[in-house]
Amino acid sequence: MADVASGVIEIIASKARDKSDPIKLSDRLDSFGLDSLDVLEITFSVEEKFNIEIPFNANRPFEFTTVAQLVEAIERLLSQKTAPA
Amino acid sequence: VNRVVITGLGVVSPLGHTAKAYWDALVAGRSGFGPPTIFATDRLSTKVVAEVKDFVPGHHFDARQIGVLDRVSQFAVVAAREAIGQSGLSFADGLGEQTAAIIGSGIGGQTTQDDNFKRFYKEGATRVPPLIIPRTMPSAPASQISMFFGIKGPTYAISTACASASHSIGQAFHLVRSGAVTCALAGGSEAQLTTATVKAWEAMRIMAPDTCRPFSADRKGMVLGEGAAVLVLEMLNHAVARSADILGEIVGFGMSADAGDLTAPDPDGMTRAMNAALADAALAPDAIDYVNAHGTGTTANDVTETVALHRTFTHHARDIRISSTKSMVGHALGAAGALEAAAVVKAIRDGTIPPTMNYLAPDPACDLDYVPNEAQRSPIRAALSNSFAFGGLNAVLAFRQFMG
Repeated sequence: MADVASGVIEIIASKARDKSDPIKLSDRLDSFGLDSLDVLEITFSVEEKFNIEIPFNANRPFEFTTVAQLVEAIERLLSQKTAPA
Repeated sequence: VNRVVITGLGVVSPLGHTAKAYWDALVAGRSGFGPPTIFATDRLSTKVVAEVKDFVPGHHFDARQIGVLDRVSQFAVVAAREAIGQSGLSFADGLGEQTAAIIGSGIGGQTTQDDNFKRFYKEGATRVPPLIIPRTMPSAPASQISMFFGIKGPTYAISTACASASHSIGQAFHLVRSGAVTCALAGGSEAQLTTATVKAWEAMRIMAPDTCRPFSADRKGMVLGEGAAVLVLEMLNHAVARSADILGEIVGFGMSADAGDLTAPDPDGMTRAMNAALADAALAPDAIDYVNAHGTGTTANDVTETVALHRTFTHHARDIRISSTKSMVGHALGAAGALEAAAVVKAIRDGTIPPTMNYLAPDPACDLDYVPNEAQRSPIRAALSNSFAFGGLNAVLAFRQFMG
């Protein structure tokens, strides 16, 4: 699971404009100066890296406040993918 | 009405990535043609194109910027940056709101579109990158120029195939002349050289297998090009007040539509567009010393354009120098009119007429002075730049030597 966290942090760091290095799990996602396109690109990169589909729609309020919450959500998607049918 | 002058030029072309490199090469008669390198040719018969060579996005943009910029927008922004730099304008302090950006493109972000289709249809990808739509839209070059340089006035793209850039410059000219805006960035950008689009061009059976020789006997068709050019248009009073270096004056714009054949050129539509430009400029036909022809090098265009030049200029037609710079940079489609407008501005300023290269011998049906194979020194009082597009959409710009 540490792999997921470090992978997500690496992706966010590649897009963050206001970087509080190093990025920590407790950092707020809105503290990195990301614009609307950055969010789309981060979503895409996470999907590519972990081979998951994130049901994210920009019309709905973003439901994650911190990096940790995002990591947990990805871990949930990964466990659903590996769970027996 | 306001007089409209040109205070900046920017060019990205197969003959160099600055207006100066481009112009010096045109005067020297250099060829921008070569074998394709940026797209696969194993299923094509095309052996010659006019690519923008050695264009390294990283020399002009950081990685984040490149992520949102298709090649067509990269060309446009680089050309705009040069033009604005030369003009010395700053768009802070409210001038941005009084400035337009009208940038034509025939196709838009074709390489982005191609990559997406390949990935999704051919390779069966389950997901595609998120920025394909804003990279592909034909208005992306106009939007990106607006965002890069703070242009907040009327900003849009015009897409009229091979006349896109001339329509764009003409519309911008009218906006400045009417006083709707103080300045305008106007031009066109095209970067549509991909295997599938070149294949589509081959299917039209008008591509030259060897080279482009406009108005010449034994011409075999057109050579595809790409690139961008942007002009800074400015109210004369505004330019004078800030002691700008005035490169030239744009004095007229004429448009017409053939309402006839989809691809075959029509001398009547061409003549009406040239007459409209002369009327808009209040120039008599015999005031024109140079015409930068549409001159694609196809059998049909060059004969038809010659007929239209005879009709427009009557007894004066044989006194006019006519050249096709497409003989050196190919046909850049939605950017062509801007590349050619830039050449006309330089030609008037330098008193040098760029040649029609690759000219072998006269075609009896093309019986005017096409400045074959060598530039000519000659003062130019006024000049036209012709663009005649598929779909019968014609746009002609008139320029005059700036006399103060």
